[in-house]
Amino acid sequence: MFDIPLNLILGQMVLGVVNGVFYAILSLGLAIIFGLLGVINFAHGVFFMLGAYCAYMLLNLLGLGYWEALILSPLIVGALGIFVEIFLIRFLYKLDHLYGLLLTMGLALLAEGLVRILFGPQGIPYSIPESLRGAYNLGFMFLPVYRAWVVVAGVILCLATWLIIERTPLGAKLRAATDNPQLVQAFGINVPIMLTLTYAAGVALAAFGGVMAAPIISVDPSMGTTIVIVVFAVVVIGGMGSILGSIVTGLGLGVLEGFTKAVFPEAASTVIFVAMAIVLVARPRGLFGKMA
Amino acid sequence: MLEIRDLNAWYGESHVLHGVEMDVPEGKVVSLLGRNGAGKTTTMRTIMGLMAKTSGNLRYNGEELLKLRPDQVARRGIAICPEDRGIFPSLSVIENLMLPPIIAPGGMSLEHIYELFPNLKERRSSRGTQLSGGEQQMLAIARILRTGAKFLLLDEPTEGLAPVIVQQIARTIREIKELGYTVLLVEQNSHFVEGIADTHYLIENGTIVDKIDGADFAKEIARVDKILGL
Repeated sequence: MFDIPLNLILGQMVLGVVNGVFYAILSLGLAIIFGLLGVINFAHGVFFMLGAYCAYMLLNLLGLGYWEALILSPLIVGALGIFVEIFLIRFLYKLDHLYGLLLTMGLALLAEGLVRILFGPQGIPYSIPESLRGAYNLGFMFLPVYRAWVVVAGVILCLATWLIIERTPLGAKLRAATDNPQLVQAFGINVPIMLTLTYAAGVALAAFGGVMAAPIISVDPSMGTTIVIVVFAVVVIGGMGSILGSIVTGLGLGVLEGFTKAVFPEAASTVIFVAMAIVLVARPRGLFGKMA
Repeated sequence: MLEIRDLNAWYGESHVLHGVEMDVPEGKVVSLLGRNGAGKTTTMRTIMGLMAKTSGNLRYNGEELLKLRPDQVARRGIAICPEDRGIFPSLSVIENLMLPPIIAPGGMSLEHIYELFPNLKERRSSRGTQLSGGEQQMLAIARILRTGAKFLLLDEPTEGLAPVIVQQIARTIREIKELGYTVLLVEQNSHFVEGIADTHYLIENGTIVDKIDGADFAKEIARVDKILGL
């Protein structure tokens, strides 16, 4: 390990932050949805994938570029989320968590299969917008401008979500409904609509991540499933119930993965799961999880 | 005016309210007394729309409430202060206080609430669950005074509290009444409701077994206590 150039380690860790941003955005949405709806949304990765495909279609059917897609794609996918919550997810609230996992997993397989039929199994191209091409020289590496943008925009998005939940009246309603939905409804708040919109917001976040990822990872039908497996490990490590926890854990594990890529590349794809196993043994409720 | 007629409610298969009949006139304080498990809290929950299986009539100012969702009942001006106080642990005191939406004009201002409950002002940025039992009870009452709801359901507000705090809550209920609120007060403590309520109902096994006028309550209190098992 000591003969590996420091530059390589630092470089991989910086790139790890980029992956970490996607982990954070996705685990944030998962945590919010699980907190309020009690549904383990296995379809979360599919909404991430649909966000990317939506950007692709906006470009090829309507000629709308990256910036338009960054706004429209989450809105379109969020609308789809509203539809899914009203017609499927809401029937799960009174059932065991396992049913939610099964339904959303089935939904994920179905959506992935449909995309495969419509667009083919191979990856589709989506290019980096003109204004974000080029690279910064950080001394130890060249950091592509686009990846820097992903980190900045992603971190801002995560912090903004955290602020909305922790510091605004809307967020207080959300937290209260997570504590005691019946009482919140008895105060005159329409909780069913709140649940629908929360699901939509959670999947819209995933779609936003999907658009940001489109220019730098392979856009293919299985991109969501690939990432969501890792994101579930992130959620387990971070622990359910803490918004800030899922952001910090997402970023931290991205860096850990990058570091491993440099020092012991063979373990890079498993290091997160090793971390998950260790955390589960040492601290079963996760690093930031609340007491049950 | 709330008119309750032949009200039945079930928890799953178990039939817990058997034809409850009560009137809660506008601007009055009405107490509902009974032992644990007599159906007091279930009556509150049924009024609020929180019970899944119900039958009968629940007319509020002429409108049938029985099949409405809890948020729709709340929007008509009925607010609940639940038995467990229902303080949200993830929210600060001020967030708990501001959570119920304003449903009608004429609610109490924050200044007035702080005047009634000075402790809440001091502790407004603490977590709700860091308050003492008495402060939590005050928060739970204060929270529904802000919203403009004029019909308050108070579920055992004195349970487990020190005498000095019980007196403060009694003063508060009298003040609320002066301001024209209607209160349905669920209690096990007959001495607390004596002198506060205009009418008293006794409930046993999900049925109203007696109705006593406030003026006659003093001479009936021994009999009431026997029913309450005190």
